Amino acid sequence: MTQVAVIDYGMGNTGSLLNMLRRIGVAAILTHEKEQLASCSHFILPGVGSFDSAMTNLKNRDLLCSLQECVIDSQKPFLGICLGMQLLAHSSEEGQLPGLGWIDAAVKKFPAFSDPALPVPHMSWNSAESSPNSDLFAHSAEERFYFVHSYYMACEHESDIAATTEYGITFTSAVNRNNIFGVQFHPEKSHRFGKELLSRFLDVKKVADDQTT
Amino acid sequence: MIRLPRIIPILQLSKRQLVKTIRFRKPTYVGDPMNILRIFNDKEVDELVILDIDAHRNERGPDTDYIQQVAAECFMPITYGGGITSLEHADELFAAGVDKVCLNTSAYTQPELLTSIANKYGSQAVVVSVDARKRMFGTYTAVIRGATQNVRLKFADYVRRCQNQGCGEILVNSVDRDGIMSGYDLNLIKTVTDHSCVPVVACGGAATNLDFLSAVKEGNAAAAAAASIFVFQGPHRAVLVSYPDRKHIMEMFDDNCRQCQNVA
Repeated sequence: MTQVAVIDYGMGNTGSLLNMLRRIGVAAILTHEKEQLASCSHFILPGVGSFDSAMTNLKNRDLLCSLQECVIDSQKPFLGICLGMQLLAHSSEEGQLPGLGWIDAAVKKFPAFSDPALPVPHMSWNSAESSPNSDLFAHSAEERFYFVHSYYMACEHESDIAATTEYGITFTSAVNRNNIFGVQFHPEKSHRFGKELLSRFLDVKKVADDQTT
Repeated sequence: MIRLPRIIPILQLSKRQLVKTIRFRKPTYVGDPMNILRIFNDKEVDELVILDIDAHRNERGPDTDYIQQVAAECFMPITYGGGITSLEHADELFAAGVDKVCLNTSAYTQPELLTSIANKYGSQAVVVSVDARKRMFGTYTAVIRGATQNVRLKFADYVRRCQNQGCGEILVNSVDRDGIMSGYDLNLIKTVTDHSCVPVVACGGAATNLDFLSAVKEGNAAAAAAASIFVFQGPHRAVLVSYPDRKHIMEMFDDNCRQCQNVA
């Protein structure tokens, strides 16, 4: 059965994500307890705030170990949202601490664009050019998402890039490697486009399950 | 797809009812907030700003229980403003599902609150509503407490101070144009964008979709907000909830871009 863990590590607002999951009709809990996490099938790491305080909070709540077990050892589907995606990288220009390092990438700050129509943070609805084999996207022209960020993830391997978006530059707006997914935008704030994306993530089965069927 | 500026309905709440003011006074009853929110949700609006216009008066702080019910109906970004005087208020609102908090009176009386909210939630989550009244010779005074008290700082200095304290977005609201539907005060918007490095949202006076275009193209606003235009229809201000069709807005901005290129 699908049971979603929204990782509770004190970084930003989880209310809207839980609202969206409730609307989708899936069982979801907000938790950082090891036992509860182990019983869940899908993991969502939200996050608003700074890179170093997020990594510090994950460490202080013993989440690094629990997440390693659930996501890396057990290969259960994981989705990082916004800062939660950036934490997948090995490092960030925003801080000194290492990230989770699950995706070979570094997080960079947007350059200051001379065009006044491109203020940083990038705070707007934007489209995502999804790679054709990505499971997360509808690949439709009208698909759009809400973005709020000053940093973006620069991947080392093109195969990890699930979508790109234009904002002064072309940046990676979604990543995927095996059971690990990340989106720079906020699906919980992106109307039906976000709702459908989350539903598709929840349809992703544990890698091991796929192999047995 | 071209990236469009956000077009943002502003909902004014008073005692859990939706109202609309004129020049920050005379709140007129518009309807039940929940019904109207659901319509805006169905219309897939870019974002919503919810301002409780008398939360500051009775010093009771934000009506968080109600805001939580509101947020549960909204699958777009929501900004809430009204009666926020502490970090705890912000904590409760973010936990309720709000994405950004909007400060007016507290932004002036306790600027360090902007910093503490920004440190915890990021500056993108901290909006200041710079309510402005026009003075002679094209200058402006910022006002607080529902436009009943002046900010004793030069207008541009105040706009800059808010950003230095951690505000990541400015909602510039013309008191003189509020509810008047005579177009934005573009000079005011330009004055604020000239002194800002954060996104500026224009508010106060929008009457047509073309006003949104002017706010962005002439005022350099990153987004355009309005209230009356989205809830009233016709000269008698009959209540009718509407939101411009995305295709129409896209064509409007697209045509304008093409015209610019032709001129150049």
